[in-house]
Amino acid sequence: MDLYLPIAEMSVNAFVIIALGGLVGFLSGMFGVGGGFLTTPLLIFYGIPPAIAVASSATQVTGSSVSGAFSYFRRGQVDLKMGAVLVSGGMMGSVIGSFLFRWLKALGQVDVTIGIVYVVFLGSVGALMLRESIAELKRSRAGDAPLRKVRRHHPLVAALPLRMRFPKSGIYISPLAPFLVGAGVGVLTVIMGVGGGFIMVPAMLYLLGMAASVVVGTSLFQIVFITAVATLLHATQSQTVDIMLGVLLLTGGVVGAQFGARAAQFLPPERLRLFLALLVLAVALRLAIGLTWTPADLFSIQAAVS
Amino acid sequence: MRRFLTVLLLLAAALPGLPASAQPRLITDLSQSRIDISYRFAGAELLIFGAIQYPGGRAPAEPPGIAVILRGPAEPLTVRLKARVAGIWVNTEALRFESAPGFYAVATTKPVRDLLDERNAAIYEIGLAHLQLSPATAADPETTKRFQDGLVGLRAREALFVEQPYGVQVTDNVLYRARIPIPSAVPVGNYRAEIYLIENGEVRARSTAPIIIDKSGFERGIYVFAHAYSFWYGLAVVALALLLGWLAGAVGRLREG
Repeated sequence: MDLYLPIAEMSVNAFVIIALGGLVGFLSGMFGVGGGFLTTPLLIFYGIPPAIAVASSATQVTGSSVSGAFSYFRRGQVDLKMGAVLVSGGMMGSVIGSFLFRWLKALGQVDVTIGIVYVVFLGSVGALMLRESIAELKRSRAGDAPLRKVRRHHPLVAALPLRMRFPKSGIYISPLAPFLVGAGVGVLTVIMGVGGGFIMVPAMLYLLGMAASVVVGTSLFQIVFITAVATLLHATQSQTVDIMLGVLLLTGGVVGAQFGARAAQFLPPERLRLFLALLVLAVALRLAIGLTWTPADLFSIQAAVS
Repeated sequence: MRRFLTVLLLLAAALPGLPASAQPRLITDLSQSRIDISYRFAGAELLIFGAIQYPGGRAPAEPPGIAVILRGPAEPLTVRLKARVAGIWVNTEALRFESAPGFYAVATTKPVRDLLDERNAAIYEIGLAHLQLSPATAADPETTKRFQDGLVGLRAREALFVEQPYGVQVTDNVLYRARIPIPSAVPVGNYRAEIYLIENGEVRARSTAPIIIDKSGFERGIYVFAHAYSFWYGLAVVALALLLGWLAGAVGRLREG
């Protein structure tokens, strides 16, 4: 069924977009990630203009994270104080990101920057995850108990002034550290259209040293807010949020997430992490090929910025 | 379609009785003067048709040369050229054009070069090779030409620039018609249909007709809302996303519990 997107100004096959949202939702339900890192590249492969893909993907992440954030909150696994610091950092970061985005657009380097940032982040995060999950698989094969990490934040973080107590996370650190982490992820949210959970969660665990029980919930809490802010920024600054595209993606996404969450129960978690690592690496590889492959057309058109 | 046939019949009946004038005239009508883009819009086809009114009402033995052009609103744009930098394709060169039509379709009875010489084709902008795009960046003619060809090639691939060398059908050397395909990605705005009667390499008569292509109904509402009240639009999108996500979670919990 062809459906005309009023903001993207093109017609798409509604079922393809719903299926795409469903696939991303399934994977995000299975792995517990927002899935923005899949939505944006898939939409661009489909032919949606990158700026609109990024903006509408942020909208989808808001929707796909909210129910998760709620259920973690109900179980008391959200550190609201930490969340507030992360969100305020994220807000600053997303505003910076939107100016960066505008500047790159004027230079004509948005597409290639999105591509490079994706390859760098997905490639390195995917490689780290792969290394860790292989090590874990090996240990479980050998019959050893999983290694308990000694929780301690990074020495750089400890050096920052103005310490503050975050009882739920079980840490006593300078709020500047989570503020900066939030800001960094906020920049990425606006430029890449991702929630940034795949960076936030490792940063919380290894950089800030937060208690593992509140990491995912707090990350989801911050993602809901920052993707909402990113949607608002894209809507007001560049009018690139397509509500129809968002609704199609969400329709598929929320249904797919339910099935994904159920499928996850049949797979052991270390196997899940291995699959996620491979998936992330595959997307990074596909984008890297896209950057280096000779494009079909060397020319591109950009309408004058009004 | 019925309207089309009626007009043709009327024209055919009326033509011989019309008063003679020294120059031939063109009479033009369109299958629709307004194209609405609604949620199911997946492209359209515009029929441009009419008749040639010859002095003395006598049609010549030779088939006439006709060029039918549909032209969309012009806007300034930048064309960028990619080059490999450290293995990655990056936009390096850019050229700005002051007025490039967002849509341009030309249908002719014969290939443009068989109808007109270069100079006349350039004056009337007939044919993709003769568009006047007003480059705004100073560059040597060769570079400008390269970018212009790049722009035309890109738009042609998106079916926004179309050239149909035998796209005009002429009946009895009097009636003409052309079908112009309009893709779904067509820009909205005020369009103009231009019809030229060409004899011996010269334009003998010309007529124009306006067409409006615009979003309608819900699509238009969303577009206007998103541009005029962008903050509230963004807020509405966020609220909708939160609602859908929360609903799905609630339904999922119900099924589990």
